[in-house]
Amino acid sequence: MRTGWNVAEVIGVTQETRTARTLRLRLPGLTGHRPGQHVDVRLTAEDGYTAVRSYSVASALPGDELELTVEELDDGEVSPYLVHQVAVGDQLEVRGPVGGWFVWDPADPSPVQLIAGGSGVVPLMAMIRAHAAASPGSTAPFRLLYSVRSPDSGYYSAELDELARSPLLSVTYVYTREAPAGSGITPHRLDAATLLAAVLPVDDHPAFFICGATAFVETVADWLVRAGYPADRIKTERYGGTGSRP
Amino acid sequence: MGIVSPGFFGRRRRDDPALPPGQYLTEGFPVLSAGPTPRIAPDEWEFTITTETDQVHRWSWDEFLALKQDDVTQDIHCVTSWSKLGTSWRGVSLDTLFESVESDCEFTMAHSYGGYTTNVPLDDLLGGKAWIAHEFDGETLEPAHGGPARLLVPHLYFWKSAKWVRGLEMLRQDEPGFWESNGYHMYGDPWREERYW
Ligand SMILES: Cc1cc2nc3c(=O)[nH]c(=O)nc-3n(C[C@H](O)[C@H](O)[C@H](O)COP(=O)(O)OP(=O)(O)OC[C@H]3O[C@@H](n4cnc5c(N)ncnc54)[C@H](O)[C@@H]3O)c2cc1C
Repeated sequence: MRTGWNVAEVIGVTQETRTARTLRLRLPGLTGHRPGQHVDVRLTAEDGYTAVRSYSVASALPGDELELTVEELDDGEVSPYLVHQVAVGDQLEVRGPVGGWFVWDPADPSPVQLIAGGSGVVPLMAMIRAHAAASPGSTAPFRLLYSVRSPDSGYYSAELDELARSPLLSVTYVYTREAPAGSGITPHRLDAATLLAAVLPVDDHPAFFICGATAFVETVADWLVRAGYPADRIKTERYGGTGSRP
Repeated sequence: MGIVSPGFFGRRRRDDPALPPGQYLTEGFPVLSAGPTPRIAPDEWEFTITTETDQVHRWSWDEFLALKQDDVTQDIHCVTSWSKLGTSWRGVSLDTLFESVESDCEFTMAHSYGGYTTNVPLDDLLGGKAWIAHEFDGETLEPAHGGPARLLVPHLYFWKSAKWVRGLEMLRQDEPGFWESNGYHMYGDPWREERYW
């Protein structure tokens, strides 16, 4: 556990979607991280004013590097800076990685159902990447249900398509505003029926990880509990915000 | 001072002396919990204090509402850096609940519906410092915020204010609860920034 503030260097930036960017950081002294953990990032203005926000680790890298993917909120204080201003070579103060609860344990053989809304896919991607890296170590079946506004707002699309060729991962998208051209799919918000048709059955006793805006996580977790999934198998991470329902 | 990020100005909502270090003000009421929101009907709810001699003091919802009620206005501080000032609550003081309890223990563990736990020293619950709250802003406390009733210990980080609380267990020795076992500080004083281990 690393709990003080450390200085990370930005060693790479990639535009993930029109509104999100992935930052690759080097954090000297870091020796890997657990899939699902997050870091706190602290920005300091010239007059000493500071702002701290949490960001999940997206990567599953050994060693002293890690990646974050940040979604810009129009009226946000910190996210626009991380998405537009930060450049390779800049330094950022980082605390962590922290968190020992919302993490996937590669030694756990349980089937895993991941459910993401928007940027909530970030810590789940760390789990998917750790799972893929562990194979043939982990034979746990993984499923991701991913709610996105449109095909071009999904993070890590090409990599997810590639990883989903494995029989150990399946990915289902729900498009809330705009579906892929020619797919014949009507965009709609995730509803209980779509959710229950897509997730692993109760009898598989899956471990759930749900992440996204607060309203999304609240609603999805409620549907699962009402459908008979035991609450103690459902782990959630709420990113905040009050908008964006499923 | 930390590393300056050129071009970062921020919103500077930090000049309020009521704001502990590292906290920013929020007008909303963020929800943070580790799993689904338990939904407990008041007639299923009960609150217990269990002592080291296994004596159980028990209040049903109606008995709890019949106790002396306090209206309190308090600032609250979440470990994830938001603070909300001047929040108003209605509930029963822990001083009232402990009137009939005999115990020599200095530590308590709060237990919640849904399995959550958090440890709080007894001293931090007594002396007008903590409540079991069931109204927020004049309204019944919503399930997402811990309804029907939650612990309210405003002078510690808000994870100590266990939602859906169902009881307190007296402990001879301090023990970590849920978040304390997952990397958070044993005590959690916002003014000393006791966030993580
Ligand atoms: C454990 C954890 C991990 C997180 N990981 C990530 C991550 O990997 N990627 C990422 O992009 N974000 C992540 N977040 C959210 C992130 O911490 C910030 O809340 C987000 O970047 C907004 O910060 P801001 O300063 O730009 O906006 P603020 O100035 O804090 O807020 C601007 C407005 O947006 C609202 N708001 C805040 N957060 C959200 C949200 N998530 N959705 C909708 N509305 C919101 C606020 O209520 C406010 O009205 C995570 C949050 C937590 C608690």
